[in-house]
Amino acid sequence: MNDRSTTSHADRAPVPDAPTGTAEPGSDRSSTSATVTAPPPETVLTPRGVIRESLILAQRSLTKTRRNPGEQMDALIMPIMFLVMFVYLFGGAVADSRDEYVQYLFPGILVMTTILAGLLATGLHINIDIKKGVFDRFRSLPIARGAPLIGSVLGDMIRYVIAVVTVFAVAYLMGFRVETDLASALGAVLLCVALGFSLSWLSVFIGVAVKDENVVTTVAFLGIFPLTFGTDMVAPKETLPGWLQAWTDINPVSHAMDATRGLLLDNPAAGSAASTAASTAANSVAESVTATLLWSAGFLVAFGALAMYAYRRRA
Amino acid sequence: MIPAIETTGLVKVFGETRAVDGVDLVVEPGTIHGLLGPNGAGKTTIVRILATLERLDGGRAAVLGHDVAAEASEIRKRISLTGQFASLDEDLTAAENLTMFGRLLGMRKGDARARTHRLLQDFELADVADRRVRTYSGGMRRRLDLAASMIGRPSVVFLDEPTTGLDPGKREEVWRMIRSVSRSGGTVLLTTQYMEEADALADEISVIDQGKVIARGTPPELKRAVGGQTIVVRPRDPARLAEATVVVEQALHRRPDATSRDVLTVPVDDDAAFGTVVRHLEGAGIEMAELSLRLPSLDEVFFSLTGRRTDDTTDSPSPHTAQDDAA
Repeated sequence: MNDRSTTSHADRAPVPDAPTGTAEPGSDRSSTSATVTAPPPETVLTPRGVIRESLILAQRSLTKTRRNPGEQMDALIMPIMFLVMFVYLFGGAVADSRDEYVQYLFPGILVMTTILAGLLATGLHINIDIKKGVFDRFRSLPIARGAPLIGSVLGDMIRYVIAVVTVFAVAYLMGFRVETDLASALGAVLLCVALGFSLSWLSVFIGVAVKDENVVTTVAFLGIFPLTFGTDMVAPKETLPGWLQAWTDINPVSHAMDATRGLLLDNPAAGSAASTAASTAANSVAESVTATLLWSAGFLVAFGALAMYAYRRRA
Repeated sequence: MIPAIETTGLVKVFGETRAVDGVDLVVEPGTIHGLLGPNGAGKTTIVRILATLERLDGGRAAVLGHDVAAEASEIRKRISLTGQFASLDEDLTAAENLTMFGRLLGMRKGDARARTHRLLQDFELADVADRRVRTYSGGMRRRLDLAASMIGRPSVVFLDEPTTGLDPGKREEVWRMIRSVSRSGGTVLLTTQYMEEADALADEISVIDQGKVIARGTPPELKRAVGGQTIVVRPRDPARLAEATVVVEQALHRRPDATSRDVLTVPVDDDAAFGTVVRHLEGAGIEMAELSLRLPSLDEVFFSLTGRRTDDTTDSPSPHTAQDDAA
């Protein structure tokens, strides 16, 4: 093998046996000959395995989020910008006072916040990971196929928490006050997170199915606008044109807006066409919450299955 | 003995293209096998099928006796793959990456950390263990990639172009580590575009072209088959080039070509010629700035095997000649 070498060059000298001269990579194997038949590490493809592997990979996403705090801005700037813009630009015109308008607007913005957090980050990250090759390594490991996807989605949930806390704080400074109690407010937040989480699987599906990361972002925005603005988020439904009212009626996000208003405000009827009478308010809140949860479950199952399917195909 | 890797009539079709078109391979356990070929020859696809990342469309393939189609998860427990592009998480540190892969392979946290520590030392990355991979140089990444491949003590290691894009010094560093991976008992299947690399590492080489194996053999066998080795002589004093030309011609009975003002080259068929030239030049007292035996480039190998050039010449290897003071 050395027949090409020159007469006496140092770089042709026999190469030391191992990088460090003492240890070889992987040399803590028990014996050389045993390697080929050595029992593989204990890895079983069980539901417990999926959970364990997903959590390890979620840890990875968390670390990445911590290292790149700037990436959070996408999901934060939009809701805060809309909150500020609508309250100070249109608040005076749309409602009797800005204080009143921030009460009306914020529950919708809260929904928008988690939808944005869900649609913007995870799919994009997965798309980039697949291109960089780290998913190839995941896939060549004896782990559950879906674990990298589940791990990414779970790890990115911290983003909802950060986004919700920040947006809540900004709204509070702008004068928003929870009119109900802490439990209802927490309920509203959890509901928004559930919706954002289930919709994040749509972004995962796109992130896996599409090659170009710009397309992933574009599709996310194309989804965000009709879903969030095609509701009574910024103005009462009665003031919208007929065609938009029709969309609002079938838009699943409308339920979430009704639900968060119901959970955060005393008298949400002002904005919600669904609850015309105060006596039915409690009922209609429960209905909106249920509808939101059902839709979320539907999104989760549908987009989750699509994402897994696309992931398997993009082998 | 069960071969570490065995394929018969392996076929993979992408649309109209038969990326892999009837490949037969047998790789014995504990050896390094090189798949040598230009870009787009199908090398990477073969590796991805064997690493269970790609489904085969025809033929059979088995790794350690396990069928790739039927027993993918058995195979995944025993192999590792290092892709063309460093397949690590850039936002994590080297240690975090390795520990994560160890944990995914079922190790407990403490074991994964210990193994990580050990591997980072073995691959000379201990002092940069806590730096993000993002900040690593190309050579460091490749070493870390290799380390990541060794985490689960795989029996078969797939390396897809492990040194593409590295400069020669870094390349030899990675070679050294690949050799030690093999020495610790694992089987290595590596793809490369460099004849030099296949020659330096592989026990056996399969030359791949358009999805087919067009030649196979040990490096010496292959070199004999394709010929095309060249002795390069550069006298320290360019004025003595003419003198050197005469000496070389007398030694080999073959007229050298003066390829530039200070270099002469002469094609040779057998390895012994090099020694003859060295002795004659020493005898004549001509000091050398460079004296090397250049292997045929992939392009030349291809030309002699197929009668045509490889389509892609941008990645053709720079001949690794020793530029040093010859005695």
